[in-house]
Amino acid sequence: MPRLSIWLVRTSLVHLTVGIALGALLLAGRELADGAWVARLRPVHAELLLFGWTVQLIMGVAYWILPRYRAGRERGSAVLPWAAYWLLNAGVPLVAAGQWLSGAPSLALAGRLLEALAAGAFVAHALPRIRRFGSGT
Amino acid sequence: MPRLTRWYLRAAMLHLGGALALGVLLQWPAVRAELPVMVVLFPTLLHLLVVGWITQVIFGVAYWMFPRYSAEQPRGSERMGWSTFASLNVGLLLRVVGEPLHALGRATAGLLVASALLQLLAGWTFVLNTWPRIRER
Repeated sequence: MPRLSIWLVRTSLVHLTVGIALGALLLAGRELADGAWVARLRPVHAELLLFGWTVQLIMGVAYWILPRYRAGRERGSAVLPWAAYWLLNAGVPLVAAGQWLSGAPSLALAGRLLEALAAGAFVAHALPRIRRFGSGT
Repeated sequence: MPRLTRWYLRAAMLHLGGALALGVLLQWPAVRAELPVMVVLFPTLLHLLVVGWITQVIFGVAYWMFPRYSAEQPRGSERMGWSTFASLNVGLLLRVVGEPLHALGRATAGLLVASALLQLLAGWTFVLNTWPRIRER
């Protein structure tokens, strides 16, 4: 497994660890804690599990297993996928914080922009690798 | 494909079927008209899809495909793998039963707390067992 995939998958596991704990708190805390406080965790829980865990894990595995190039670097330049890693992991906490602090919509917007840039960088890297095994350079 | 992965994938497909059947039921005109209380099942539908289907497929395929831990224990602790599978599925089923009963005031919060703890246990044991396998081959 390449180094970038290790970082993406391990970071996704960190998001899973925290996101599932928030989910457990949401489910168990309906009667055990102040309802309004618990309810504010819901978008944070969804953000960590959808983008921090699922999207990031898929990016890590895709970078690892998509067809490789025969010549030059086997997975192409790593600049764009590393940019995707940092942009995504800056974006997810910003969105989560923006949703947690209900009066900070600009934080969530900034986070979403970073996530969109991460997706764009990853797609630009991965799209040329989606082809038949053994075809092309 | 290891035996545990086959169990994960089959259970995931059952959850997918259950989620889609529940989705049809929640949109059925007679149900919507006669039993509006059924709307409480929407979070259950979402979790059947996201936890029961998507997460479970990821857990099963990761257990199968990720780099081997060692020659003696290629997939880490098999016992921990089965414990993750059991706690995820029992936890989710407790939610399916407990969430509507709780909404109707016919179950104690204990059922949901047990469900939350089991799903938390599943997520954390998956991370514990998978983390050492995220490395270069």
